[in-house]
Amino acid sequence: MTDTILEMVSIVKTFPGVVALDDVTLTVRRGQIHAICGENGAGKSTLMKVLSGVYPHGTYSGQILYDGREAVFGSINDSEALGIVIIHQELALSPYLSIAENIFLGNERRSRLGLIDWGRTNADAAALMAAVGLDENPTTPVGAIGVGKQQLVEIAKALSKDVRLLILDEPTAALNDTDSEHLLGLLRSLRDQGITCIMISHKLNELIEIADAITVIRDGRTIESLDGSDATQERLIKAMVGRDLSHRYPERERDVGPEVLRVEDWTVCHPTQPGRVMIRSASFTVHAGEVVGIAGLMGAGRTELAMSLFGMSYGANISGRVFLHGGQVRLSSVADAIDNGLAYVSEDRKRYGLNLLTDVKTNITAAGLRKLTGPMLGWVDDNEEIRVAEGYRSALAIKTPTVLAGVAKLSGGNQQKVVLGKWLYTDPDVLILDEPTRGIDVGAKYEIYTLINEMVAQGKAVVVISSELPEVMGISDRIYTLSAGVITGEVDARTATAETLMELMTREKDTFE
Amino acid sequence: MSTSDTRTAILHAPDSPPSSPGARASLPGGFGRYLLDNARKNGILLAFVVVVVVFSILQPKFLSPANLTNLVLQFAYVLILALGMLMVIVLAQIDLSVGSVVALTGAVAAVVVVRGGAPWWMGVLAAIAVGLVVGAWQGFWVAVVGIPGFIVSLGGMLVFRGLAQLILDYKSLSPFGGTYYNIANGFINGVLGGPGYDIFTLVVFAIAVVGYAGSQWRARMGQIAYRQAVAPTPFFVAKLVVVAAVAMAFAWRISHNRGLPFILILLAVLIMVYSMVMGRTAFGRDIYAIGGNRWAAELSGVKVKWVTFWTFVNMGFLSAVGGVVFSARMNGAQPAAGTGFELDAIAACFIGGASTTGGIGRIAGAVIGGLIMAVISNGMQLMGVSQGVQPVVKGLILTAAVAFDLFNKRRSVTAA
Repeated sequence: MTDTILEMVSIVKTFPGVVALDDVTLTVRRGQIHAICGENGAGKSTLMKVLSGVYPHGTYSGQILYDGREAVFGSINDSEALGIVIIHQELALSPYLSIAENIFLGNERRSRLGLIDWGRTNADAAALMAAVGLDENPTTPVGAIGVGKQQLVEIAKALSKDVRLLILDEPTAALNDTDSEHLLGLLRSLRDQGITCIMISHKLNELIEIADAITVIRDGRTIESLDGSDATQERLIKAMVGRDLSHRYPERERDVGPEVLRVEDWTVCHPTQPGRVMIRSASFTVHAGEVVGIAGLMGAGRTELAMSLFGMSYGANISGRVFLHGGQVRLSSVADAIDNGLAYVSEDRKRYGLNLLTDVKTNITAAGLRKLTGPMLGWVDDNEEIRVAEGYRSALAIKTPTVLAGVAKLSGGNQQKVVLGKWLYTDPDVLILDEPTRGIDVGAKYEIYTLINEMVAQGKAVVVISSELPEVMGISDRIYTLSAGVITGEVDARTATAETLMELMTREKDTFE
Repeated sequence: MSTSDTRTAILHAPDSPPSSPGARASLPGGFGRYLLDNARKNGILLAFVVVVVVFSILQPKFLSPANLTNLVLQFAYVLILALGMLMVIVLAQIDLSVGSVVALTGAVAAVVVVRGGAPWWMGVLAAIAVGLVVGAWQGFWVAVVGIPGFIVSLGGMLVFRGLAQLILDYKSLSPFGGTYYNIANGFINGVLGGPGYDIFTLVVFAIAVVGYAGSQWRARMGQIAYRQAVAPTPFFVAKLVVVAAVAMAFAWRISHNRGLPFILILLAVLIMVYSMVMGRTAFGRDIYAIGGNRWAAELSGVKVKWVTFWTFVNMGFLSAVGGVVFSARMNGAQPAAGTGFELDAIAACFIGGASTTGGIGRIAGAVIGGLIMAVISNGMQLMGVSQGVQPVVKGLILTAAVAFDLFNKRRSVTAA
C-alpha cells in the first residue's frame, strides 16, 4: 500500500474540434479530502468522468494509477468495482422510491428465493443512514425529504458499495448553510475512517476550510496543486481566473431615487395546504436606483415572496397591498406584472427561465414578444427580433457564436445573461433577481454584479434574493432579512455584519409570534 | 462551458456578422458543409424522395396522372388532421379523438344534408360548429381543469364515436351528391382549355411557384439587410429550381387527368395558413414556448391556459374539416368512419420530426410525414400488397423514422 491512492498522469481528452483536457496531472493521497476547483468549463467534470470510466479507457490518452496499478475502466461499473463512486451534482435518485430502496437500487438485498428481503433492506439502510447522520424513516420516499438529506442518501448509497474513493461534484451547491456544515462534517468523519474524497466546488471558503489539498484547473490544464493550509481565497481566485480579482464586488455610486415599489401586509398561503402561511404580513419598499437585498436561509420563503408578487405565480389566499410609483395595483397574472414593469429572474434558470430546446434569440424575446408583433394577427418580425437579440448579446457580452445557437449549449453564466436579457427587453422598473449567481463561476458572477450596477444606474430598482451573505452585503444598499416567512429586520448594507444578519435570519418563530 | 463555446464557434457562423452591408455571408466550411448540415436537418425530405423514387421504379403506374390525382383525393384528410395534431403535439399534448370527431361531424353533415334536405353549406357549417364545440369541450378539460390531453381525448374518442353511431342510428347515411360531394371529388378543369391537358392547372401552379420564389427572395433580402448568415447563393437558387421543377412536373401530370382538384386548393391554403401561424405569429411562438418549457413560458407571461384551450378548439375545427372532406369523398356518413385516423395524423407528425415530449416540430415536417404515409399506402395498394402487410410496413416505418431522428440528434449533439 502506497501513500498515494490515485495518480492521473498527463491526461489528454479531446472532443471533435476541442481539447477539453490538455495534459492534466492529479495526485491524490490516501485518506485525504482533495478539492478540485476551477471556473465552469475548466474541465473538472470531464476529468472526473475520465476517472470514473464514463469516458472509457482508450477515448483519452494518459495514465491512471489507482492503488499503484494502472486502471483500465471500460465503464462506470469497472470503477465502482474498485470502490470509486461518483456523486453527480444533479442527484440520481428516484423520488418515488423510499430511502432504503434508493440506497440499494441495483444492489438489492434479496432473500434465498430471489425476492427482496424488506426487513434486511430497511435494517441495513437504517444502519447506513445512521452512519451519515440521516434521521429519517428508511421507508420515506426520497421526494419527500429535502435536497440536503437527499445528498446524504447518495452518500449512504456510496457507502453501501464499499466506497474507497468518493467523488463529489458540487455537493453543497444546492444546500443551505446548515446542511452544508453537516455534509462537510460528514466528509471529515469519512476521511477519518480512511475514505478518500475528491470534491469539486465553487465555494472557495468551504474548500479552504475542509480540503487537505487543492488542485486548480483552468482551460483543461493543471494550474497548481497546493496544501489546504497554504490556500487563501485570493490565491485560488487568481489561479482560477488567471487574473487578480481584488474587488469581488464592483464599486457603485449610491444614488437612490423615489420609491418605486411598496408592499404592505403581504400574506401568502401554501397553494395546496390552505392553512399553512408561507409569508406573513411582509412589508417592504424599493426605490429607483437602489439594490435591495433579501437575505434568508433556504425555506425562509424568499422565492415564495418573490413569485407571489410576480403575478401571483405562487400561493393561495394572497392578501396585502402592492403600490407601484405610489399607486395601488393588483397583479393577478404574470402578464399584469410584466405590463406594470415587474420582472422576475428565477433561481432555477433551467426549469423556470429558459426554453432549452430553442435558440438564444427566441429566449431573449420570450417575455417581450408582443413588442415585435405588428397590429395584424400577432405577426412576429423575425428580422427585427434578431436585431434585438444581437443588441443584448453585445450589451451583456453573451458568449455565443450566434444568437441562433441553442441556449442549452451555453455555460451557466451565459444562460443567466440570456435570462437577464429577456427581462431587460420588457423594460421593467423593478427587477427581482432570485439567486442571480447560483452555479456560475467567479468571472461571470462579477459580470452579473456589474450588470446589476448598470441597471440601477439607469434608475431601475433591483431586488436581489441570495443565500450567500457576502454577496447580499457586497451588492445591496439595504437588506431585509426573512425568517420563516416573516421579515425580521431591515439593515443598511454599509453597517451590516454577517453576524447581525445571520442572527436576524435565524430568529425562531416563537420570538415574533 | 468554455469548451463547448470553442466547439460551437468552430462549427457555426463567425462571431461577428459581416461588416459591409449587403454582404452575402456564408457559413464557414462553405457549400459542402452547408449541404451536409441541411441533409441532416432535412433527412425526412430525403426519405420522402427515396420513397417516391422507389415506388415509381417498382410500379410505373405510380407517377401516372390518374394515380397522382387519386393520391391527393384519397389522403387529403391525413394532411388536414396532421396540421392540427402537430400543434397539439408541439404543445406536449395529444388528441386521440380526431377519428371519432371525423365520424361525428360527417354524421351531423349527413343528417343535415341527406336526411334534412338542407343545402350543402348548411351541412358544412353544422359540421364545423360541432367540431368547434368538441374542441372547446376537450380544451376546457385540458386547459382549465388540467387533465392530460391523452386522458381527455381517450374519453372523447369513446364519447364522440358513440354519438356518431347514435345520430346515424348505426347505419350509414348517403348519398350527399351535388356540391357537397364535389368538395372532395370536384375539379376545376377547362377554364382556360388546353390540348389534352388543362392550362388552368398549369397557370395556377406557375403563379404559386412564382409567389413562393418571391417570398423566399424577399425573406433572403431581409436577412441580408439585417446582416444574417444566409445559405450560399448556388444552394438557394438550386433549392428554388428543384422546388419549381417538382411542382411543375406534378402539375403537368395532373393536368393530363381531370385538372385541378378542388381539395388541393383547400389543402394548399390550409398548409400555408398554418405554416404562418406556427412559424410567424406570436400564438405559434407561444405553443413552442409552452411545449419547450411550460413553467418558463408561464413565468414569461405566456397565457398557457388560453393557448392550450384554443389549440384544442383548433384541433376540433380541423377535425370537422377532415370530417366534411372524408364524408364528401365517401359520399356519405358511416358510423365507423375515421377509425384510426388519429393514429395516421399522429404518425405523420412524428415521422415529420416532431418531438414526443413537445416543443419541437414543424408544419412542413408533418405535411411531408403525412405524404410519406400516403405514398406508401398508395404505392402498396397499387402493387397489390395484401391488406395485412400494409399496416406492418407503416408501423415499421414510423419506428424507423423516429429512431433515425434520434440517431441524427445524438450525432449532431456529439458533433456540436
